[in-house]
Amino acid sequence: MTKLKKFASLMALGACFVTTQGYAAGGGGSHMKPAGIDPDNVASLQRGARNFMNYCSGCHSAQYVRYNTIGKTLNLSEEQLMDNLMFNADKTFETIQTAMPAADGARWYGKTPPDLSLMARARGADYVYNFLKGFYVSEASPTGVDNLVLAGTSMPHVLWELQGYQAVNFDKHENEDGSVTTTFEGFEQLSAGSMDAEEYDDFVRDTVNFLAYIAEPIRSERRKLGVWVIMFLIFFFILSTQLKKQIWKDV
Amino acid sequence: MARIEAEVGKPQGGFMKWIDDRFPFTKTMEHHVTKYYASKNFNWWYVFGVLAFVVLAIQLLTGIFLTMNYKPSAAEAFASVEYIMRDVEWGWLIRYMHSTGASFFFIVVYLHMFRAMLYGSYQKPRELIWLIGMLIFLVLMAEAFAGYLLPWGQMSYWGAQVIISLFGAIPVVGDALVEIIRGDYAISDITLNRFFALHVIVLPLALIGLVFVHIVALHEVGSNNPDGIDIKKLKDESGKPLDGIAFHPYHTSKDLVGIIVFLMIFSAVVFFAPDMGGYFLEHANFDPANMTATPEHIAPVWYFTPYYAILRAVPDKLWGFILFVAAVLLPVFLPWLDRSRVRSIRYRGWMYKSALTVFVITFFALLLLGLAPAEGAYVMLARIFSVLYFAFFLLMPFYTAMDKTKPVPDRVVYHD
Repeated sequence: MTKLKKFASLMALGACFVTTQGYAAGGGGSHMKPAGIDPDNVASLQRGARNFMNYCSGCHSAQYVRYNTIGKTLNLSEEQLMDNLMFNADKTFETIQTAMPAADGARWYGKTPPDLSLMARARGADYVYNFLKGFYVSEASPTGVDNLVLAGTSMPHVLWELQGYQAVNFDKHENEDGSVTTTFEGFEQLSAGSMDAEEYDDFVRDTVNFLAYIAEPIRSERRKLGVWVIMFLIFFFILSTQLKKQIWKDV
Repeated sequence: MARIEAEVGKPQGGFMKWIDDRFPFTKTMEHHVTKYYASKNFNWWYVFGVLAFVVLAIQLLTGIFLTMNYKPSAAEAFASVEYIMRDVEWGWLIRYMHSTGASFFFIVVYLHMFRAMLYGSYQKPRELIWLIGMLIFLVLMAEAFAGYLLPWGQMSYWGAQVIISLFGAIPVVGDALVEIIRGDYAISDITLNRFFALHVIVLPLALIGLVFVHIVALHEVGSNNPDGIDIKKLKDESGKPLDGIAFHPYHTSKDLVGIIVFLMIFSAVVFFAPDMGGYFLEHANFDPANMTATPEHIAPVWYFTPYYAILRAVPDKLWGFILFVAAVLLPVFLPWLDRSRVRSIRYRGWMYKSALTVFVITFFALLLLGLAPAEGAYVMLARIFSVLYFAFFLLMPFYTAMDKTKPVPDRVVYHD
């Protein structure tokens, strides 16, 4: 048993070397705030689904996601799905497609709006959260806005009605060698939207929660199953140690 | 009398005899399982050979089911993986087991190799086992590399792009070689198809064949033990080694405990952290391959990064490639680099013990440096550790010969 403990501590030591590999995708930096999503909050996911279908799915598809999968996890009946979420689909087994043709998207925005099935998994929930809160007024941009997280984004500020418009404050610090270091200082609200800051924050959090969910719909099921699997293995482990003891009696 | 007559003409010995007269079943079972004697003082370092076998089985089985649903085409590969993850019954579990299995294959194999370094298992008469093992390791690297292209994500694409282009550093034939590997002027549908063929047929077949030969060679000379003693020297009247116990049921029942502990750790990853924080499944690989957009930071999967760090530590492209290959191949020569009179670390002196400790730290450091971007102090650190990596092998003939060893006992010793 002591040998086994030694072995277990060795494996634990190995685990210490493992830290989380950061999301390397563009932008981000020290001003990124944690999204603080709760994947087990079904009400939040339902609100997120509503937000997604109302504000995102006009331009973005989620081509790997089926409506009935969403219904199962979010406790929504077929009628509820059809009445509330399915704007351009007839059957619940269909995937989320956008009404906007890809070629038109490319023509209108300079880039086809990306599919969002896996966005939260490729970039991280924090990235999407900060992106949706990071639009600021910029004269230089053809859409009138730029983004703190993804500079030069071709996406307009779709949620302006809710958030209103904000300006960004950068601190430009001139170094001794003449180069300029730009640091983000904060946002300044220019015009009010229909939501106050807190409401908008919740709105974005719910939406990001939903995006994280569709990136891996099986997440909560695999965690539930995992508990049973580990419990079975613990039981099996006890049996196997007893078996080993019996067989090794005469060694 | 009547009874005996009745049995005349009836085969004696039953079904097993019928088989054994035609196929050496009992003989083989005895030679490899029930009368294969291995030291009774094996510690838990000795479980990793069996675990490598378990992981191989997991990879083969899950691989078969993945192949049933995967589409090896640049247009469909990425979507077919998502189809497996979302629409195929239990597809997510099969895929996570396979992707986690890939990383665990390397964890287990690295620990298995380290065991050999602890107890001198590569020394005479086990040189050939070590050589076959190294060949398995090389095939495994190729297998993992080919497999990583198949999900057709950004990291699949650009990781392969970086590694394949390394061969371009070879003078004269380099560019032609790169084209032959890719089968195209860039990584494309053609590359994906041939990597698929390599990944599901050629390399697994080679792997199974080599594992078979590895075990046959092992059972010819017998397993080493934590004391590095030849247990066949002292035998009882029946010819059974005094310190040996049969593989079955003794070692098998012990291995079963090890396998279950392994499965617990394996399941913990599969069910609770299949991405393993971006190390087992890289975040950027959830973006489909795009040949017009290079990811900001390209890092191979963790099990290749020790060698990748050495490659990047060298400013010259050709020399970087040469040292990269040398770093992978140097362990092949361990049986001849090690000139110690004893096998096990238990009876070696302070020189080998310190060298091995530094080597372990070096390996982990290079692994982490290979994951990090090559900037600032990391570059210098990678160079220092690269030198240490090579020093461990190249100086080995000297420090192992000079090292003061302790006398080796006749019988195996237990340590707790």
